Amino acid sequence: MKKNIAGTEIDVNEEGYLTDMSQWNEQIAAAIAVEEGIGALGDGHMKVVRYLREQQAKGAALTIRSMGKSGVVTTKELYDLFPGGPLKKSSKIAGIPKPVGCI
Amino acid sequence: MTDDKQPVKKMSIIVSRGSLDGIYPALIMANGARMEGIEASLFFTFFGLNALANKTLDSLKVSTVGNSALNMAMPMLGLPMTMPFPTWMGAIPGVSAFATHLMNKEMEKLDIPPVREFLELISDSGGKIFACKLAMDMFKLKKEDLMDRVDGVLTVGDFYNESAGAGTHILFT
Repeated sequence: MKKNIAGTEIDVNEEGYLTDMSQWNEQIAAAIAVEEGIGALGDGHMKVVRYLREQQAKGAALTIRSMGKSGVVTTKELYDLFPGGPLKKSSKIAGIPKPVGCI
Repeated sequence: MTDDKQPVKKMSIIVSRGSLDGIYPALIMANGARMEGIEASLFFTFFGLNALANKTLDSLKVSTVGNSALNMAMPMLGLPMTMPFPTWMGAIPGVSAFATHLMNKEMEKLDIPPVREFLELISDSGGKIFACKLAMDMFKLKKEDLMDRVDGVLTVGDFYNESAGAGTHILFT
């Protein structure tokens, strides 16, 4: 389905995750962050978002454990940056699919 | 589906078993709750304390004796699930350790951390870790004997108080 985010028509799934990560830009990230209740995105958020996009492009499976070990962010920081769903919300903002794992 | 679906706000999980396969489900459920923005508390009692005691927590084993659900497929031996794991085989020295080794290897592939790291992960994510006072007394354990992320030693009453609130679910494992 299509959704207008930050003035652009974007392809998303029924949960609002981008289905084509190449349609993403920082304005879209900012708009999703507000919608998700995260508010304005700072450097800390953007570091995570960029890392997620890099990993997704490589085809790596993302887990909360691998994020904590990435050196980009600690587990605590990740929970502080994206309260209410660290991996889910950061993935949505990063324009990548919803993480499928349980860890 | 109704519109008045009440969200789960908190999971209070009681861990009473001390084998590797007895402890992991609770850790996975607690971590999974935190990842969904749900509060999580773990209350370790009876043999569940094995998961907190520094002396035991890094060497927990899969139980291969008296574990009637264990089959030849589970410790990833590649045999069918319908083939039971014979109890006599489980009693041979080293078999439990071997089954544990196989399971740990499979879990590592799925990025499931070892018990200590898993507890640290849950603690870092804001989950709470408690030990049962009565079980501590019974096993002659002191707080110093437990890993450093334990938030407290609670009585059953304390645990229920800690679990209070609409939207809390208490789960016994």
